[in-house]
Amino acid sequence: MASLLEIRDLHLSMHSFEGAAKVLSGVTLSVEKGQIWGLVGETGCGKSLTGLSVSRLVRTPPAEYTRGKILLNGTDVLTLDEPRMRALRGRRIGMIFQDPTTNLNPSFRISTQLIDVALAAARHDSKILGLPATAGRWARRQAARRLAIDMLTEVGIPDAATRVDDYPHQFSGGMRQRVLIAMALVGQPDLLIADEPTTALDVSVQAQILDLLKQMVTVHDMGVVLITHNLGVVAQTCTHVAVMYAGAIVEKGPIRAVLTDPAHPYTKALMQAIPRRDVARGALQGLPGAVPNLVQPPAGCRFAPRCILAQPSCSKVPAEHERAAGHLVACPVVQAAHHA
Amino acid sequence: MLRFIFRRILLILPVLFGLTVIMFVIARVLPGDPVGLAAGPNATREEIEALAREFGLDQPILGQYWTYVSGLAQGDFGTSIFTRRPVADDLAAYLPATLELVFSALLIAIVVGIPAGLMAAIWRNRWPDYLSNILSVAAISMPRFFLGLLLQLCFAMWLMWLPLGGRFPIILEPPPGVTGFYTIDALLAGDMESFQTACRYLAMPAIAMSLSPLATILRMMRAATIEVMQQDYVTTARALGLSPRLIVFKYVLRNAISSSLTLIGLYFGWLLGGTVLVETVFDWPGVGLYATSAIVAQDFMPVVSVALVIGALFISVNIVIDLLYGVINPKVRYQ
Repeated sequence: MASLLEIRDLHLSMHSFEGAAKVLSGVTLSVEKGQIWGLVGETGCGKSLTGLSVSRLVRTPPAEYTRGKILLNGTDVLTLDEPRMRALRGRRIGMIFQDPTTNLNPSFRISTQLIDVALAAARHDSKILGLPATAGRWARRQAARRLAIDMLTEVGIPDAATRVDDYPHQFSGGMRQRVLIAMALVGQPDLLIADEPTTALDVSVQAQILDLLKQMVTVHDMGVVLITHNLGVVAQTCTHVAVMYAGAIVEKGPIRAVLTDPAHPYTKALMQAIPRRDVARGALQGLPGAVPNLVQPPAGCRFAPRCILAQPSCSKVPAEHERAAGHLVACPVVQAAHHA
Repeated sequence: MLRFIFRRILLILPVLFGLTVIMFVIARVLPGDPVGLAAGPNATREEIEALAREFGLDQPILGQYWTYVSGLAQGDFGTSIFTRRPVADDLAAYLPATLELVFSALLIAIVVGIPAGLMAAIWRNRWPDYLSNILSVAAISMPRFFLGLLLQLCFAMWLMWLPLGGRFPIILEPPPGVTGFYTIDALLAGDMESFQTACRYLAMPAIAMSLSPLATILRMMRAATIEVMQQDYVTTARALGLSPRLIVFKYVLRNAISSSLTLIGLYFGWLLGGTVLVETVFDWPGVGLYATSAIVAQDFMPVVSVALVIGALFISVNIVIDLLYGVINPKVRYQ
């Protein structure tokens, strides 16, 4: 059976004044139902673009998919036209974004916004409202409203039946993110893409939202891609993790395997940069150097110029090797050491 | 909400009071001899003095002002020294014509300008946008009276589709007066023939007046829409599968329209004050023509009263606009 989401060797160029920036170069990732994949990496490494690509929300041009496939339940979304793509958005793919204060429309009641999403999803699958396909407009609207209230209750909005008619500014930041989660889930998607869903929230609310996400995955039997730059969030929430650097995944696998046995020099450097209680003050290690220019990226491994282990063999595009079950690392030097 | 409306209406009073004072003083400080003008070139000194006494113009200015204001309180706008008719009667005859013209022009500007602005934003940097850009610059830069002349030349002289000027054929009876707007009165009376006639007379002057606000609203709407389309909530709406039509005409429109609303309020005043040229070109029997002829004749009462009524209308329309902000933006609270 086909995976829920399978990204195969995805290449994306972004045309700019300086030339084509090769923003994604060979992203490969597969997500199954029940899995929560953490996609981590620093700013500009392409993690958000990967997420947006799954919903085809990247404008082409300036972007151009030069190679690869994005298979959702076996269909390549890169070949779909806009109306077919729209049928998947909200229905098969739910999305949550970073800032809950700007992602809800300030001029409309949240009931209006939730109902419209539910109705749009129901146009492609009438089962969502629990009504026969022939149901009238008014019946559909009422059903969508009931669904909206149920969904708000499920994500932990107290007194949802009355709060549903409030405006976004009448909710706190954490509550708004809950509303946005409800909106993303109201179409009962199979795949949820959460792009930094907790970055704009304070730490205690962050934990609540992450717990809610975990709970939703079990209840609704979804697969999740959680995009973040925070390894702490990943450790707390995810079942799997993929580490991205400059447009490519350098290491991925089950969370325990990657975090206890990080192999790629970039993953190691990332983990050394996390403040820990057992490491003395001042001993935190930063990573020297800067992210490469993606218009003319280094040939082969893009991390090589900053890498302490760099060898002549790094000038070839690194192939992934399996370090342990499901734990893949794209570094020839580490591979050689592992087999030695 | 009701308290807000009440307070705003109360606040009109001092504004109108100030307006009467300023207009009254300016009208009398200006050099000239209105009484002499009204009495005619062959009037004797005694006749002029009698006329001045009749209209209270021999009184000190404060006394004149008091007479005027206490008359106002009873709905008496004074009497024109030139036509000897009560100003209130003249206003009742001319004001509806001007208002019909101004409201029609605004209606055209809104109904065309807002959707066109949305379209220009959606097809930004494609041909509909370029076309609307060129047309709106042309519309803003062309003087209204000149545009009026062009329209007359084209539609009245060459094509002969529309009447050259006037408000209604002299030989026909206008629809029975309820609102004073011939189009609405004709509809109320169920007289479709009169309605069509009224529309044919209204079309050219209304279009000539509408183009400038139309173009400004279009440009404003375009800019606001482009800004709103880049907001995060539009991306979210797209990511959750809403159709482009729903996103633009429901979710974007309401957020983008408030700046245009401000413009509409301002343009209402601008159009009311600027009908003179269009009324002259199209021989439209409105307040603009009335006020200009009064100014030329140094006939104070009509001038002061027209200014007062236009001021009151302008403020009222802007109160309505303020209330509409609250409909559009739920964060607006009236206190």
